Amino acid sequence: MAVPVSSGGDSLPGPPYAYNSDLERLEIELLLEGVFRHYGFDFRAYAYASIRRRLWKRVEGEGLRTISELQACILHDADAMERLLLDLSVNVTAMFRDPGFYREFREKVVPLLRTYPFIRIWHAGCSTGEEVYSMAILLEEEGLYDRARLYATDINDVVLQRAKQGIFPLERMQEYTDNYIKAGGTRSFSEYYTAKYDGALFSPQLTRNVVFSQHNLVTDRSFSEFHVIFCRNVLIYFDKTLQNRVHQLFYESLVMFGVMALGSKESLKFSQYEPCYEKLSVTDKLYKKVT
Amino acid sequence: MAQTGSVGYDLVVVGTSWGGLTALRTLVGGLPDTFMMAVALVQHRHKDSDHMLRTLLQEGSALEVHEVEDKMPILQGRVYVAPPDYHTLVEPGHFSLSTEAPVRFSRPSIDVTFLSAADSYAHRTVGIVLTGANADGSEGLRRISDRGGLAIVQDPATAESTLMPAAAVKAVPRARVMTLADMTKFIASLPAGSPERDER
Repeated sequence: MAVPVSSGGDSLPGPPYAYNSDLERLEIELLLEGVFRHYGFDFRAYAYASIRRRLWKRVEGEGLRTISELQACILHDADAMERLLLDLSVNVTAMFRDPGFYREFREKVVPLLRTYPFIRIWHAGCSTGEEVYSMAILLEEEGLYDRARLYATDINDVVLQRAKQGIFPLERMQEYTDNYIKAGGTRSFSEYYTAKYDGALFSPQLTRNVVFSQHNLVTDRSFSEFHVIFCRNVLIYFDKTLQNRVHQLFYESLVMFGVMALGSKESLKFSQYEPCYEKLSVTDKLYKKVT
Repeated sequence: MAQTGSVGYDLVVVGTSWGGLTALRTLVGGLPDTFMMAVALVQHRHKDSDHMLRTLLQEGSALEVHEVEDKMPILQGRVYVAPPDYHTLVEPGHFSLSTEAPVRFSRPSIDVTFLSAADSYAHRTVGIVLTGANADGSEGLRRISDRGGLAIVQDPATAESTLMPAAAVKAVPRARVMTLADMTKFIASLPAGSPERDER
């Protein structure tokens, strides 16, 4: 049995050095198939390098040696599956991540939103909700929040519960305050939270028009028609085929002239749906559905 | 595109920390327009840094320089710069990005790119560690070497900051140690394959 060689330091999780890439791929495919058939979570079309990295991290976390051992472990132990699900679905985000993006949103999208009597916004893959709170703050300051409804969805119920609580690490508030100012915030950021339980508790007022709900982009259908869809740094974890399928879902879920927002290093260039949209911004990834 | 069995390197991955700009300009600027491998550069930098690095490198290079976007194809004779605040992972034939937590305080992490390059391109990978102020890259360079790829380290004595290359030499004793000028000539002389051949 091959044992991972340690560098004698804090070595990164990874496959053992006696390595057979075809065998590794087989083990990973079998595990993902098992997860799908037993638990219903479909990670089979996720970007391979990233899923491999996260699976090895879990192998190490469970004190195991191979992907096949992890397969047995998660199929027989639902708690281990829960831990794997967290590894596979939690992504590190920040409030007002890429402040320039939010400034562009204020300038280019808010005027468009003012023309609607009622606004539906979908945060697809919202994780722990930092972006949802950011958008609620932005809409509040633009005087649009009372006619908006934000649908915040994620595959993982654990992160959704966290998002609902609205408690974020206190030590990140300085960074978020800087982001907020650069993003064009018009008030004092500290108005929106109180320090509590070693964290920053955000005002429940911010979620009065937010609906949190579990939704799986891979297997579930659209559930409404939206004026804006946010899906930032979520599709990067999918392979190209799955990305195209999800782009179809978004296309069908947007009203005509609705806006799609992607992460700053994501592009429609490598997808089939590029011709359906017009760029609203040169640098930031805001697209308007035009056909 | 079955070319299995052909010799040659497809992908050069280069790691350096903040302050490695001069070294990167020397290396990228020294590659001729006939250079046929893909080159991926990972430099530690601030999360809010703009496209300046790409622009500066493009000015001095005969090759096209791109900042990586998710699923960007890996093509021969192109130089790719890892964007700030993401990890850049190498898949066969294209890049994928990730916002997983920083590794040893770094995002991009040189190790994350190197490890995935070793897993995707194996013995067709060249790994290069340049000047830098921490030990990122050592782990990844060792895996590149273990998978039969080529490990090269900037001579610590000639590096602006010795920590990163010294750590890499220690982790990979069989790595070739060279000055920047020699390294540039050396990789330009290596036989090249075609990085897009494994596109799935």
